[in-house]
Amino acid sequence: MSSNANRSTPLGLRIAATAGLLFLHLPLALIFLYAFTTEEKSFEFPPPGLTTKWFETAWTARPDIWPPLYLSLQVAAIATVLALIFGTLAAAALSRTRFFGRESISLLFVLPIALPGIITGIALRSAFDIMSIPFSVWTIILGHATFCIVVVYNNAVARFRRLNGNLVEASMDLGANAFQTFRHVILPQIGTALLAGGMLAFALSFDEVIVTTFTAGQQTTLPIWMLGELIRPRQRPVTNVVAVFVFVVTLLPILAAYYLTREGEQTGGSSK
Amino acid sequence: MSFMSPAVRFQNVSRRFGSVRAVDGVSLDIEPGEFFALLGPSGSGKTTCLRLIAGFEQPDEGHIEIFGERADGVPPYRRNVNTVFQDYALFPHMTVGENVAYGLMIKGVGRAEREAKAKDALAMVKLAGYEVRRTAQLSGGQRQRVALARALVNGPKVLLLDEPLGALDLKLREQMQEELKTLQTSLGITFVFVTHDQGEALSMANRVAIFNEGKIVQVGTPSSVYERPTSRFVADFVGSSNVLPPEFAAAHGGHAMWTSLRPEKIQVSSKNNLVPAACAHATGTVTAISYQGAVTRITVATGKQALIASTPAGTDVRKGDSVTLIWPKFAMVAMGEDA
Repeated sequence: MSSNANRSTPLGLRIAATAGLLFLHLPLALIFLYAFTTEEKSFEFPPPGLTTKWFETAWTARPDIWPPLYLSLQVAAIATVLALIFGTLAAAALSRTRFFGRESISLLFVLPIALPGIITGIALRSAFDIMSIPFSVWTIILGHATFCIVVVYNNAVARFRRLNGNLVEASMDLGANAFQTFRHVILPQIGTALLAGGMLAFALSFDEVIVTTFTAGQQTTLPIWMLGELIRPRQRPVTNVVAVFVFVVTLLPILAAYYLTREGEQTGGSSK
Repeated sequence: MSFMSPAVRFQNVSRRFGSVRAVDGVSLDIEPGEFFALLGPSGSGKTTCLRLIAGFEQPDEGHIEIFGERADGVPPYRRNVNTVFQDYALFPHMTVGENVAYGLMIKGVGRAEREAKAKDALAMVKLAGYEVRRTAQLSGGQRQRVALARALVNGPKVLLLDEPLGALDLKLREQMQEELKTLQTSLGITFVFVTHDQGEALSMANRVAIFNEGKIVQVGTPSSVYERPTSRFVADFVGSSNVLPPEFAAAHGGHAMWTSLRPEKIQVSSKNNLVPAACAHATGTVTAISYQGAVTRITVATGKQALIASTPAGTDVRKGDSVTLIWPKFAMVAMGEDA
């Protein structure tokens, strides 16, 4: 693509692309803007004045923010750990051996991310009901793990496919058992892919709403708390402050994941 | 572990993949200190045999012993053998020095000692000072040497080499052949190497086992398998050969059996020279001449049987000439039955 950058792009396409990007990103800018507005009941444009007091309010005067934040962090962390374990195991199994139905199983693993969240949510809710599992933090975590595993699996499986199978044999030939081989040979090679997958999984889980509404009991995660806040007429900019926070917390890992896997591609290619 | 036990012993070993018998009832003794070649076309079972010694494969039938100890069921990491892989399989995330020291690190050898040993091993393969390089910076020949050092630093009882020179260009290959032989002689370790290149097997090995369709068809010294092939397959595969049908052999002073006659044993004469009593001869017309540098291969149609003669370059024979082929009768090697 970069090789075509010198060629002149048609004006119409440029305008359309710019419009598209603005349409996608202007609302984000508005969220930032309204975090600083002085008007607290409605989102009036342009804002009558700018202030940073809502950051202070969110930090000191709104204890109701903290429990949802902790819950979201807890859910995202545990779902990510589960995803790292099971996603890696699945990727290892499916990339190293060929067996009947391998492609179907691979598809089943990836399906939860392709399915609309509402389907996953309804399916899980009825499944938990049938099995008489009470809704709790753990049902939320399980719900999130379904799509978190996919991200880790996708990242890991691509790296596993590039991993030269002889390296594992070479390691065993040199006296390393399976665990030592995993630690010294496999993990260093797939490490960045796992880190990237894990960060994406964390970001996905941290701002998830739909599956959470179906799998939560009385618990409120941060995105759900934000939805609730939008209905309230008072201190609306506090919600925007939290939104900015969520934005940063999820964007940073995604950016990091992007750079990590990009670097991985390069080293992977140059070692060939 | 008696002092008489062979380095590697195969007792009626079979290994199946699905319905294919990759290795089919192989029995073989490789003596300590031998430079032993497993030679055969691709798919003949030679690589599977090597993997059986390494422990990457386990026999379905039969037993394998390594220096008198049962090896069946023993995983690769508990065998005192090391492998040089065909594609070298160097760890890309480690430096050359870390690659070589890997086996020692796994065994728990201290850092100072393993670095010293890795240094010695690299010096042995003429890569002194390469410790901190990345493997991606090395040429094919250098990677091969690192793979060799990485295996040898562990002091294996048997070193396995899987097509070790396959990826190298001709000049480098000849040089590495010499070096491997020198190394093997000075270390005294049993080397077992797999190759499909008969020239390589003949020039490097003390003994050769020739594989075809999962079975060993002949074992012997390079000169014995070359001079006295016992089957048409070996005659054809090891070097090239004129395989004479029983009638032709009998009519020219040989036995009434399938017979091998090496092209370089045949002399091409354009004049009606006197044929010595100990020699056989046939007359015919030259149908093809193939210049191959050091030698020229001349194909001659003699009645029903086409014969190929290999003569030193610079012959004045031309296509269509009538020539007399002369060869010593003892050069005709009867091969028993038609294998």
